[in-house]
Amino acid sequence: MLQVKNIETLYGLVMALRGVSLELPENKITAILGSNGAGKSTLCKTIMGMLDDQPDKGTIWLDETRIDKKDTEDIVNLGLAYVPEGREVFEELTVLENLQMGAYTRKTSQAKDDLKRVYELFPRLKERQKQLAGHLSGGEQQMLAIGRALMMRPRIMLLDEPSLGLSPLLVKEIFGTIQRVNAEYGTTMLLVEQNAAMALKNCHYGYVMENGRFVLAGTPEELMADEDVREFYLGIRSEVSVKGYQRYKRKKRWR
Amino acid sequence: MLGQLITSGIAIGATYALMALAMVIIYKTSEVLNFAQGDMAMLSAFVAYMCLSTYGLGFAMSFTLALAFAFALGAFLEFAFLRRAKEPNVLGLIIITLGLEMMLYGLASWRWGSDQKDFPFPVSDFDVYQLGGDVVISQLNLVTLGVACALMILLFVFFRYTKVGVAMKATQQNQQAARLMGIRVGRIMMLTWGMSSVVGACAAFLIASTDTLDPNLMWTPQLKGFSAAVLGGMTSLVGAVLGGFILGVVENLFGGYVSVEFKAVVAFAVIVLILCVKPSGLFAKHYVRKV
Ligand SMILES: Nc1ncnc2c1ncn2[C@@H]1O[C@H](COP(=O)(O)OP(=O)(O)OP(=O)(O)O)[C@@H](O)[C@H]1O
Ligand SMILES: [Mg+2]
Repeated sequence: MLQVKNIETLYGLVMALRGVSLELPENKITAILGSNGAGKSTLCKTIMGMLDDQPDKGTIWLDETRIDKKDTEDIVNLGLAYVPEGREVFEELTVLENLQMGAYTRKTSQAKDDLKRVYELFPRLKERQKQLAGHLSGGEQQMLAIGRALMMRPRIMLLDEPSLGLSPLLVKEIFGTIQRVNAEYGTTMLLVEQNAAMALKNCHYGYVMENGRFVLAGTPEELMADEDVREFYLGIRSEVSVKGYQRYKRKKRWR
Repeated sequence: MLGQLITSGIAIGATYALMALAMVIIYKTSEVLNFAQGDMAMLSAFVAYMCLSTYGLGFAMSFTLALAFAFALGAFLEFAFLRRAKEPNVLGLIIITLGLEMMLYGLASWRWGSDQKDFPFPVSDFDVYQLGGDVVISQLNLVTLGVACALMILLFVFFRYTKVGVAMKATQQNQQAARLMGIRVGRIMMLTWGMSSVVGACAAFLIASTDTLDPNLMWTPQLKGFSAAVLGGMTSLVGAVLGGFILGVVENLFGGYVSVEFKAVVAFAVIVLILCVKPSGLFAKHYVRKV
């Protein structure tokens, strides 16, 4: 499965990832939590080979194949799919055309079955299949982005903030679908989320990222029990009064 | 008089339409104005000329070879020059096409000289058909019209119904996302340039056969094609074709009723007028982002 070994990624002179290692267990959902600018999207983009000449240090492996320094197109062909932050659907193509682009590298006959499967997961997409993707609502676009990735029949799916800007009800629906895909098709998932409560409820293992490195890792139960996670990510205050000074110190410990 | 002016205007407009189509295909995928478009076409016409006159091949063979050359030339230029630009911006890419234009022009002048050559063509400009009244249309004009319409329909079908055609549109809208679908963006760009070059070459053959062939052949048609494309909104294939016809007719009417000397100015006037009045072009049906 996918193994990230101690990678460092630079944007010019700014180091966005400072030694990140990660292993995705097969058929499981792994979540990454982290505040804005922690480097979560950068990690996904580095894995997908979307950043030129990155990672600067470290290696990325898919089974026995080294995939860093490969082109995005080749990485996709090896069975990785990325649902980017902000959906990035093809706005001036119809819903159906968007889904067909997901199946670009596959045979037409196979794609037909997958289309059925995606429509079954997201009936709303079927209703709107002739509509331009740019005219869909944010939630529908998110469904389309996930559906488009599923059309590749990926072994591994990276989902970057699928709940961004969605109503609580839709968030629930999307996570339900993610669970279902994982359970029914055994797709390995990497789930990047701001919505910590939802992510921890839906994953098998979780990491917490701060300033370009992982500062915590564990099962959802372990993470939910952690005081820092409770306070900073779930917004639960365990003690009645944590003094500002102590809080600062605790946050500092993570860097 | 009016009927005749409109008819020949439409016929001339068809070549503008082809040039506009060629420019729009490239503009759609990369937002680059290809200033080398005309000279890519001119060079392809010279290749056809060489096959016909120097090697004495038949028309079908010669034109097929020349079109193949046009495709290869377009693909090669994209691969060898435009792709080399690191972190390209649109202006930089346009400058590259200007450089290519000079290179191709120099190449043609060096290889074939700048004297005017007769370009043999299987249909003639002098056999005319009566269209009713005293309006006539020449065989060549008919062929030009036919070729323009056929190419337009082909392109329309290609972009609408084929996987590669849709992938081209996808690449134009969002390159990163296209890569994430496994679409080989580099190949798509090469294909785009190749196709565009072929369409331009068709225009060049038709233009060379009404005129004579020399390295300056496509200078004016490129300008006209560009005006037509602007008129049609730069991104719409149908718009480019209609733009070509409109420009041809307006220009001819102007030449007939106002002044032949200033006929060439019409294209400029059209560009300026459109940029002032409706910068998105007459037929742009550009998708409006929801905010
Ligand atoms: N193209 C870029 N050029 C320069 N710096 C960048 C670029 N993209 C991201 N960064 C920086 O890298 C760091 C990590 O960004 P990243 O997008 O990975 O954060 P993130 O964890 O995904 O945050 P969010 O939750 O807000 O999406 C940030 O400090 C950001 O400013
Ligand atoms: Mg992000």
